[in-house]
Amino acid sequence: MPNLLYNRYQKQIKLDGFGIEAQEKLSNAKLLVIGAGGLGCASLPYLAAAGVGHLGIVDFDKVELSNLHRQVLYTHEDISQYKAELVAQKLVKQNIEITVKPYILKIDNSNALDIISGYDLVIDGSDNFYTRYIVNDACVILKKPLVYGSVMKYEGQVGVFNIAESGNIYTTNYRDLFPKPPFESEFYSCDDLGVLGVLPGVIGAMQATEAIKIITHIGMPLCNKILTYQALHNSFFEFVVNKNKALVEFPHSKEQFINYDYHEFCGEVAEVNEITLKELYHSIENNNTLIIDVREADELPIITDFAAIHIPLSQLSESENIFSSYQKIVLICNSGTRSKKGVSILHNRFPKLNIYSLKNGLNSLY
Amino acid sequence: MELEILTFGQISDIIGKSTFKISYINNTQDLIENLTNEFPELKNTRYIVAVNKHIVHQNIQLNPGDVVALLPPFSGG
Repeated sequence: MPNLLYNRYQKQIKLDGFGIEAQEKLSNAKLLVIGAGGLGCASLPYLAAAGVGHLGIVDFDKVELSNLHRQVLYTHEDISQYKAELVAQKLVKQNIEITVKPYILKIDNSNALDIISGYDLVIDGSDNFYTRYIVNDACVILKKPLVYGSVMKYEGQVGVFNIAESGNIYTTNYRDLFPKPPFESEFYSCDDLGVLGVLPGVIGAMQATEAIKIITHIGMPLCNKILTYQALHNSFFEFVVNKNKALVEFPHSKEQFINYDYHEFCGEVAEVNEITLKELYHSIENNNTLIIDVREADELPIITDFAAIHIPLSQLSESENIFSSYQKIVLICNSGTRSKKGVSILHNRFPKLNIYSLKNGLNSLY
Repeated sequence: MELEILTFGQISDIIGKSTFKISYINNTQDLIENLTNEFPELKNTRYIVAVNKHIVHQNIQLNPGDVVALLPPFSGG
């Protein structure tokens, strides 16, 4: 190893059990990170610094102001720019010895196998169940180790799938842990429920640690295990994931994977009419419009810009029909996710209503 | 003759605490039924059950002193 490289990594090369051999494994590794959000912002700089030779970053999203409290790679100037591109530019400056490839796209079952097959290991830092099941299933089919992580409010989960623990031959994956995504009405994101900014920092750093352990074969990665971290009580709890023999619904082949309906599996609504904030204001002025806030009680921000009635998503399926006299009904929440669910619930109950969801929710307003 | 219950994520929010003890119940299915009767919101929430740290997807027999954890999926990143 040339002197310059040795100098850069000397503090980890000199570790017992690490050495030049482990460093070379890192340089040769190809690692894909799904999501350049809170988790990705935490794992990626450490992976780059440690000398992981080839990093790929998948994220279709642009930086928003409400990301900055936890997505610490971005500055105010980065708002409205593509995250994957920004991160790639930053990481190659951080470590000039590595290559970083940004993928500005939404990973789905039409492109996941192609993208993931070029890598040795995947870190899931995505923010929705749809992506999580797609990434998991693609990794199972391609037999790629997957370092899973997720956060909500004050709590995080981290685990390692598709690698056999030493002494065992079986491997487990995300579906052995959670065979099915939550019910539609429980689909919450960080935008909906909030997350302590430092929490994805903790979990993302743990994901980077697990990835480095897997690549260099040091220590014991969390194979077939899930570790939870509760920041408020400083409590860690480890679960052992066993092979779920009752698991039937699973795309086993590449063909089944490509044809699998992940929208349906995740209870996502394929076609919902959405309107923008501008269109909403236009509608308030020109049509007899009812605005329904479908968030739970006490959620912030409080709506002050227009009149809205409050029916939480969990109660929409039982609410009385107070809607028929309106020309247009617009459902709103914080991110535009729950309002879409709400549209589908109301549409099923009252097919004749003219119902819309506010695109990107109140985030587009405040 | 008790069971220790640990809850995570929104299950802690529904039940209002993250760790508590209840009188011994024979198996996981009856335990879940009892908890759901007491906290009906659990019916609309998806979560998995672990007994003494091992995740179980079928009904299993419980022993006094077992630690039963209820873990919901969440997806934030």
